[in-house]
Amino acid sequence: MPGLTLFQKLWDAHVVHVEADGTTLLYIDRHLVHEVTSPQAFEGLKLAHRTPRRVDAAIAVPDHNVPTTDRSQGIADPISRLQVETLDANCAEYGITEFKMDDIRQGIVHVIGPEEGLTLPGMTVVCGDSHTSTHGAFGALAFGIGTSEVEHVLATQCLWQKPSKTMLVKVEGTLGRGVTAKDIALAIIGEIGTAGGTGYALEFGGSAIRALSMEGRMTLCNMAIEAGARAGMVAVDQTTIDYVKGRPYSPKGAAWDKAVAWWNTLHSDADAVFDRVIELDAGKIEPQVTWGTSPEMVTTINGSVPDPATAPSETKQHDWTRALEYMGLQAGTPLAEIPVDKVFIGSCTNSRIEDLREAASVAKGRKVAPNVKLAMVVPGSGLVKQQAEAEGLDKIFVAAGFEWREPGCSMCLAMNADRLEPGERCASTSNRNFEGRQGQGGRTHLVSPAMAAAAACAGHFVDVRNF
Amino acid sequence: MQAFTTLDGLVVPLDRANVDTDAIIPKQFLKSIKRSGFGPNLFDEWRYLDHGEPGKSNHDRPLNPDFVLNRPRYQGASVLLARENFGCGSSREHAPWALEDAGFRAIIAPSFADIFFNNCFKNGILPIVLDAAVVDRLFRECEANEGYALSVDLDRQTVTTPTGDVIPFAVDAGRKHRLFNGLDDIGLTLLQADKIATYEARRKIEAPWLFA
Repeated sequence: MPGLTLFQKLWDAHVVHVEADGTTLLYIDRHLVHEVTSPQAFEGLKLAHRTPRRVDAAIAVPDHNVPTTDRSQGIADPISRLQVETLDANCAEYGITEFKMDDIRQGIVHVIGPEEGLTLPGMTVVCGDSHTSTHGAFGALAFGIGTSEVEHVLATQCLWQKPSKTMLVKVEGTLGRGVTAKDIALAIIGEIGTAGGTGYALEFGGSAIRALSMEGRMTLCNMAIEAGARAGMVAVDQTTIDYVKGRPYSPKGAAWDKAVAWWNTLHSDADAVFDRVIELDAGKIEPQVTWGTSPEMVTTINGSVPDPATAPSETKQHDWTRALEYMGLQAGTPLAEIPVDKVFIGSCTNSRIEDLREAASVAKGRKVAPNVKLAMVVPGSGLVKQQAEAEGLDKIFVAAGFEWREPGCSMCLAMNADRLEPGERCASTSNRNFEGRQGQGGRTHLVSPAMAAAAACAGHFVDVRNF
Repeated sequence: MQAFTTLDGLVVPLDRANVDTDAIIPKQFLKSIKRSGFGPNLFDEWRYLDHGEPGKSNHDRPLNPDFVLNRPRYQGASVLLARENFGCGSSREHAPWALEDAGFRAIIAPSFADIFFNNCFKNGILPIVLDAAVVDRLFRECEANEGYALSVDLDRQTVTTPTGDVIPFAVDAGRKHRLFNGLDDIGLTLLQADKIATYEARRKIEAPWLFA
């Protein structure tokens, strides 16, 4: 009998009950809650006269609607304010811990979970947010759910699931200078497409992944959903354990030792069999820039906007034509000649301390180009912001002409006041370049933090390796 | 949840691949704390020529005449014909809420994104996966014939065309049972409450830090 994959080990540890057809009632260890996808779940619970099964397993934070500018006056938009107040009221009513807007621990839900030790190896982690895949970086089974399932987890601490297929994404070798986890993620999506991972749980392995920090692994797992996979994961190793140790909610004393003993088994066995394996050579990955309206529409900084006539299928030809029209781009234009209007460094993909250090190292001693109307840096949490300020990164950004903001989801999806105007082009470290994602008519190009900072200073996309 | 048994519905063809949930219902409408009322803002950025905001009346907004859902012949459609990877991106359940609120009960596509597919079943919407070549044919037939309607039978797992062609589809048995009977998932799960308690008791010993 072959060995087990990491996915199978995590799955097996959480089975409560299996129906005849294989549908499984899976236990959920950690439930992360934010203001956008939870109000209807709490309302449903109330209407059915139910109560949460385990308030200690849930943690809540407002992140999507919060302003990234001065918060002393609260939220100006009354509809956004009501949504955050509704979260506050629901958490107060049921006794769920919430890091409120004025709490130093407030931040993007996928940043604060790991930061606080709320996300631990071996856990099942869910949240009403597709980027929950981020937490798989810790050797956890983590995936996004809809609001009905948020209600279901609140009421039962379980979800009905069927096992996913498994895919190993093996990245061997050493990344070149200036090439980051974000570039690996975009290169993988370029390779397998935005539906390539549909129905699969992805495991990222190989020497290039082992060499990544936890921040890099989170960036990679975060983007698993952009490849269509609900879950992405990385095996536990010493890097994982070192990151988790000493966090406010991580186990202590004898419980720590017991936990580590189990966590050290959370890797795929050498003879485990995956449903699909793909391999990438880390040394060949170059800085990536998306050119279209789907993360799979990506090329390298030295590439050009493709000609739809060369698309691999008729459907893609149609999609590419539409994308170029929306993006206001001509086939054959070198990516390095495309000017940008705005730059956004932030989001659950790239707003952690390492991301800010990378961006600051590029911005240091430079100035934001005159054609760039706004370059903003939005830390992932209050604690990331505090750490960055302790390291003087804020001063580097401000001196270069970047705006230094308060933590939240911000212009990744523009639910707060931060957004693109129609036709504006943005170099963004976020995860989605969909039509209208950063504001109606806005044009998003996804890049790494270093590439975004370089674009801000050059005024157009530029190869950060030669910058 | 409303049950889904059979449906005879007018079909509207949305000829785009990778339609994401941001397109289905843009972010500004996610600020609502209600489950209903999203229908008028379904595909908002494609459907209207101006910018929509929650609380703004949609009646006097300029419609985009080129958008397929606005064409007179497709008014009242309840079956959405779509391309591959429909519903990709954000997990927002507001997407099926908006589709349901606008009158859609079935969506036919060659493939769906996982989270959206799952969310449909929680909201009385049947997502049907058919072979890409079959979907292509339905697109051609639908565009060529005004008033083109399909009959969907969940129990028999068939889609029947106006000419009487019967196309079978697959559906997970558990999901079918719940959708067909309009069952409350949570109620069913709570029937397993003893097993959940047993599991928790065991895990408290094996992994006590998970209950700290």
